[in-house]
Amino acid sequence: MLAYTHSLQDLQQPTVSSKVFVQRDYSSGTICKFQTKFPSELESRIDKQQFEETVQTLNNLYAEAEKLGGKSYLEGCLACLTAYTIFLCMETHYEKVLKKIGRFIKDQNEKIYAPRGLLLTDPIERGLRVVEITIFEDRSIGSGR
Amino acid sequence: MQNCEYQQIDPQALPTPTPTPPPHHGHDGDKTEEPRRPRRKWEVFPGKNRFYCNGRIMLARQSGILPLTLALILVTSGLFFIFDCPFLVKHLTSCIPVIGGVLFVFVITTLLRTSFTDPGILPRATPDEAADIEKQIDNTGNASYRPPPRTKEVLINQQVVKLKYCFTCKMFRPPRTSHCSLCDNCVERFDHHCPWVGNCVGKRNYRFFYTFIVSLSFLTAFIFGCVTTHLALRAQGGRGLVFALQESPGSAVELVICFFSVWSILGLSGFHTYLVASNLTTNEDIKGSWSGKSGEDVTNPYSQKNIFINCCSVLCGPMPPSLIDRRGFLPSEDSAQPGSADIELPPLATKSEINACTQGTKGLLESATLSPLLSASCPQGKPQTAQTCPDNGSAVNSGPSPQLSTSCGVRHPAGSTGDRSSLHHTRTRSKKSKRAALHIPNPAFDVPVSPTSPDTDPSFKAGGHKGAGFTPLH
Repeated sequence: MLAYTHSLQDLQQPTVSSKVFVQRDYSSGTICKFQTKFPSELESRIDKQQFEETVQTLNNLYAEAEKLGGKSYLEGCLACLTAYTIFLCMETHYEKVLKKIGRFIKDQNEKIYAPRGLLLTDPIERGLRVVEITIFEDRSIGSGR
Repeated sequence: MQNCEYQQIDPQALPTPTPTPPPHHGHDGDKTEEPRRPRRKWEVFPGKNRFYCNGRIMLARQSGILPLTLALILVTSGLFFIFDCPFLVKHLTSCIPVIGGVLFVFVITTLLRTSFTDPGILPRATPDEAADIEKQIDNTGNASYRPPPRTKEVLINQQVVKLKYCFTCKMFRPPRTSHCSLCDNCVERFDHHCPWVGNCVGKRNYRFFYTFIVSLSFLTAFIFGCVTTHLALRAQGGRGLVFALQESPGSAVELVICFFSVWSILGLSGFHTYLVASNLTTNEDIKGSWSGKSGEDVTNPYSQKNIFINCCSVLCGPMPPSLIDRRGFLPSEDSAQPGSADIELPPLATKSEINACTQGTKGLLESATLSPLLSASCPQGKPQTAQTCPDNGSAVNSGPSPQLSTSCGVRHPAGSTGDRSSLHHTRTRSKKSKRAALHIPNPAFDVPVSPTSPDTDPSFKAGGHKGAGFTPLH
């Protein structure tokens, strides 16, 4: 992680200046979707468009996980016929997409957010309630605590 | 404090979905070597749940009458296979034990899945999140210790839906989420808390529950039919029913159990089939959220307006993951401070001093203000559940206690005069059921018992269950 390594070299401790929480957007119902409104605290750190693109991609991935389509119905019916025992041995479609989301977030952190002193936390670690963005103190201007 | 922040960032800085044992104290992951072994999140889970098999299996803390449910099913099926099957195989067909066996396996499997699966519990908000929400709400600037009503309105499919703030979990509840006071957790798509299965029924285990009651209806009806046929065949030739019963005493027991259960279970299956077809939860149905009783033009915003699609989305939709990550490891600092972390804060608590202070003070004052009032109005004294009652009061402006006593009291009479006649019917029948007879038959519906009283005798729940053993909450 770039920010982490950088901080180790400089001050040996990264300092968190604040956290921003992107809340869920319930306008389409209970599906997992996050608000694309750009938080004001990030204005100095990252492009609005970049941020919106990240959140939109996340929303699309969650929509894919929760999509009601032929494949999910097949999985559901098969599970019902086996008295749901196949869930014990098989990874569900949702879990597969969650792994994909994990990789996407890691990728975004490495390429875009860490160089700007930001860190995205995978929403699954927050119960799919929020996208937590940790803002690290800008070491170029600030001093350590 | 600087040490604290350093530690707090490092595990969270690794955005991997698979948590690893904390690295700080961790050049030894060994339990034997170090007194503080890495603890898993289920060990500090704040809700009232029990965990087995190192977090793989979870149950509500009160298992309710799950042992009774299991015993009844096993005894009835056992008697069926021992007493009735041999006779029927000889005189009719050998398909009978096969069908019975398949149904029995379905029933037991789905029952255990319903009981042992996480119903869709939402993990509590981290202190940072809670502080962020508080900041957004509390824009007066001064800390008022009496919590103001906290609701947020959202527009879902052109329908206004109010989201309530949960004081226990410190977050705005998503739509269709309710806080179960028996389990002390917010559960997504909360249907009801079922004492027969000893767990809440929510988003993740509703399909298991539905399959359980449908297959149980088939099993009960099947056994009832077979036993009747068996006794009829034995009583043929003028020998009489008494003779038949003497020859096969097990069948008498089965007959009684099945006769009394089949009506309530069939009624419950019918009710839940209706709920599935209209994409409603028991909680919403009881409260009449979408029935337009308030006179406004309200429709269910979650319904797809097509019975088939509703059924498919509820029963065959993608299986959502468990959000509480029971078997994940705690960050090391939490395992180092078991006292505070266990009780109040959620497992991934970050140790921001200011946030902890705000949470602690407000929480203390809330519970201090509310628990004496609650112990007066609701006959139950546990402080943890006392915290959930403010959720009732929070929707109303004035002081919590009069609202609480009315809302707590009103819950059940409102429930018993509920909208669904089939529900009412089922409940009336269930009062006469043998299961209720095993406990004190109790006119529980007329007594305004608090919904947050887990210690009342199970007869309340037994009498209450069929279709209504929930605690219709918030």
